[in-house]
Amino acid sequence: MNQAIRRTWVAVVVLLAIIMGATTYVQFFAADAINNNALNASRKLDAANSSPRGSILVGGEAIAESVKNPEGSTYAYKRVYNDAKLYSGLTGYFSLDAGVTQLESSQNQTLMGSSDDQFFDRIANLFTGQDDQGANIELTIDAKIQQAAYDALPDDFKGTVVVLNPKTGEILAMVSKPSFDTNLLAVQSTAKAAANRAELSKNKNVRLYWNPAVQDRVSPGSTFKLLDLVAGFETGYFTLDGEYDNSEKWTPPGTSKPLGNFDGGNCAQQPNKASLRFIVAQSCNTPFGQAIQEIGQNKMKEVTERFGFNSKPDWLGLSPSAASVWPTETMSPGNLASAAIGQYDVQATVLQMAMVAAGIANDGVLMKPQLIKQVTGSDLQVLQDFKAEKYSTVTTADIANNITELMRGPVKSGTATRAAIPGLDIAAKTGTAQIGTGTGKVNAWITGFAPADDPEVAIAVNVENITYNQSHGLTSTIMKNVLKAVFNK
Amino acid sequence: MNALATDAPSGMNKRKQRPQPTRRTLELFLLVLALGVTALADYLVSSSVGASSNDTSWITHVVVLGALGLGVNISLRLWAKYADPFILPVVVALNGIGLAMIHRLDLASTSAAGSNAATSQLLYTGLGMVCAVVVMWIIRDHRVLRRFTYVWLAASVVLLVLPLVPGLGAGTINGANIWIRIGSFSLQPGEFAKITLALFFASYLGSKRDLILLAGRKIGPLQLPRARDLGPMLVAWAVALGVLVFQRDLGSAIMFFGLFMVMIYVATGRVSWIVIGLVLMAVGAAAAMMFMGHVQRRVNVWLNAFDPSVYEAKGGSLQIVQGLFAMANGGMVGTGLGGGQPYRIPVAKSDMIYASLGEELGLIGMLAVVCLFLILISRGIRAALGARDSFGKLLGTGLSFILALQFFVVTAGVLRVMPLTGLATPFLAAGGSALLANWILVSLLLLISHNARRPSTGGGTLSTTEQGIIDRKVEAKRAQEAGDAGPGAPARPLTGGENA
Repeated sequence: MNQAIRRTWVAVVVLLAIIMGATTYVQFFAADAINNNALNASRKLDAANSSPRGSILVGGEAIAESVKNPEGSTYAYKRVYNDAKLYSGLTGYFSLDAGVTQLESSQNQTLMGSSDDQFFDRIANLFTGQDDQGANIELTIDAKIQQAAYDALPDDFKGTVVVLNPKTGEILAMVSKPSFDTNLLAVQSTAKAAANRAELSKNKNVRLYWNPAVQDRVSPGSTFKLLDLVAGFETGYFTLDGEYDNSEKWTPPGTSKPLGNFDGGNCAQQPNKASLRFIVAQSCNTPFGQAIQEIGQNKMKEVTERFGFNSKPDWLGLSPSAASVWPTETMSPGNLASAAIGQYDVQATVLQMAMVAAGIANDGVLMKPQLIKQVTGSDLQVLQDFKAEKYSTVTTADIANNITELMRGPVKSGTATRAAIPGLDIAAKTGTAQIGTGTGKVNAWITGFAPADDPEVAIAVNVENITYNQSHGLTSTIMKNVLKAVFNK
Repeated sequence: MNALATDAPSGMNKRKQRPQPTRRTLELFLLVLALGVTALADYLVSSSVGASSNDTSWITHVVVLGALGLGVNISLRLWAKYADPFILPVVVALNGIGLAMIHRLDLASTSAAGSNAATSQLLYTGLGMVCAVVVMWIIRDHRVLRRFTYVWLAASVVLLVLPLVPGLGAGTINGANIWIRIGSFSLQPGEFAKITLALFFASYLGSKRDLILLAGRKIGPLQLPRARDLGPMLVAWAVALGVLVFQRDLGSAIMFFGLFMVMIYVATGRVSWIVIGLVLMAVGAAAAMMFMGHVQRRVNVWLNAFDPSVYEAKGGSLQIVQGLFAMANGGMVGTGLGGGQPYRIPVAKSDMIYASLGEELGLIGMLAVVCLFLILISRGIRAALGARDSFGKLLGTGLSFILALQFFVVTAGVLRVMPLTGLATPFLAAGGSALLANWILVSLLLLISHNARRPSTGGGTLSTTEQGIIDRKVEAKRAQEAGDAGPGAPARPLTGGENA
């Protein structure tokens, strides 16, 4: 009998061990995932509005802050967003109706004062009886550049600008239009928030739940040729002063559908052989369609993935985020030729194309884009400071310099002349990606950096779904306006 | 058992040299620690959530709990002085932690109706502890309970049927029909039935185990007991499960069935019973899934808890999901008492108290709580091991296992390890019936441990005499059945207290 009793005890221990294991899973391993569940918003909101939550700052000014409600309100505090439209994609919001998004969600623990770094503060508060104070988060964003980028974007279309510091990876601007006032979703009434959300959702171009710069992908068009150049220089196909076949049309093997240079462009001026400088400045297609057949799909995969293709920028705290795409399934020569000019299944976010420019700008070393400059406790003690991190070595300094030289061409005499600013040495590459066939609509791009020899900023601009005529010079002008703000020109 | 019998002489020699310590002073010291934990927790509640209303009820709570705890300690000194010294302090600590949490939720509640659960919990705690002392005083020796085998069976049946009696049953509350109402009091008879069932199984199996084991036909390797030996067991089992089907109480069904299996296993030492039991349970579960709508709903809620449509449905997963949100919010170290939002969880004070505690005490706190249960149940089983009679062994194991299973079933439901069922977390959850029943259960465990630890008085105790009679009967029966009928074997004295 005693042996059976001992075995019963073992069974009891097993039962209690299951409870301990499950508790550990819920409260430790799965805690973050459960905390971030969409159904959990009201609990977060309650906590967030019952004590002063940390601010999100740009240049020392709060873009999101907690303000005391009048005595007797349901919540002791409310969240107020300043310059809300400028920063909606970064701060996100706390909404009774629409949940918690972006930095408000990913940095919740820090803002609430409950991150691990603030553990000792909490212990101290336990004894002094003070409320836990959230930490403040200073962003890498430069308010002036952010504002200039927002103003430069047209009101009528969906467009995005990302500006990076290529030497450090700091994100200096990340803004999209059309934007929205996050305060409308943060109202402390579920019904009002729901009504506002319904109203805002009427504009199909507004993105309430994600940041277009890291989540929306479109064909990068000719800006993708920068990656062809990196791969081509590395395999030795391209040389800086080489000349390449520039036929008006070129038919890849195995298809009857020719790849052509753009009808209205200047490529036709040199219909046979053309210098690489001319080809890049005028953004001719056929030389790249031919080059990529030699370079090969695998080499392109390797190069694009060094720049960040096929992986998500999920360290930014902007969720959801999407991976830019270089197709992994084997492509036919015809599809490969389309991929070379940033069409077919090639897709990129605006952040991705800014990273391409930044890697070339910084002599082939791509710094990891970061959004948070500093975290300070309520006593202004620094809890976390900016540390530049290398993302990857994307290519050699020589190749980066060659491509920089080539990128001066479009601004001086090619497709990006409208970006030119007297006295500023700018490197850029434009792109115009057709949407489908026969829609007449394009995605317009530009990416580049300045000053070309010692870059301070790398930029990518995209305006989606516009006619070719609307696209003409549009992104170049936007880039010019942003650079004017950066360099006070 | 043989091992214990051979151990007895050396043990007795030792006891003669040195008196067995009663450990009542150690118990008192641990009791003060348990009250310290309660006081700290309850003070934190009063000083944070209750700060605006200058709440000082924590003092009342601690004083009442302390006075009653001391009362139990003194009663044990009088009537069961060798009782296990760890059981009482652990139970008081659990009871106190539960009380502090209920108090905390009371203070957070805005409605006047829902804000005096702590007072009623304190009242029932007091009543429970008084009942425990009374049981101890009346019974003194758990072996007297062995005589009422069929009284326990009848009591179990009556208790289980009561909620179905028209006019007495309180109807369906939260999907289960397990309450009765007398005047303004409502009662859960099932909580008491678990004790009477354990008493019935222990006394029946304790006296009939030889017959169940040895009499009857052998088919292959399987020794089948005779139907008339198994009859009363099957009646108990069928009534328990049958009534539970009508009462729609999944949690109690699992608890009773588990009790049944463990006790028959301990009595016979045969794993085949467990296997048969688990197979029956699987068949029962499958049948319940197929034919009972509310079981299907529960399983669906369990599997798809985070599906928004299930979450928002009436009777959906809101309760369990809010519990998980609370626990995840608590994380490793918890928000501290008064720092979280456990009031968001439906039935936070009773069914979901594990989640409420999880939010504010954190993972570290909850592991400590589970460890308290581990200590309590282990000491109960230790008492069963040490008991000198098979009734005591069976009862001690059965009662300890009930506590373990009850805690497991409700907590595993909260943690989404299995579908959530409505059972009270022992000692932590708000609920008068469960508290009363569990305090009585604890007093029985204390009595068994007293019996196990006290110095042996040699032969001639009530136990030995009674057991001798039973054993003689058994032997006579065996002899009869072997066709070797005699007028009765001569009475021979048994050595030690151990039998069988």
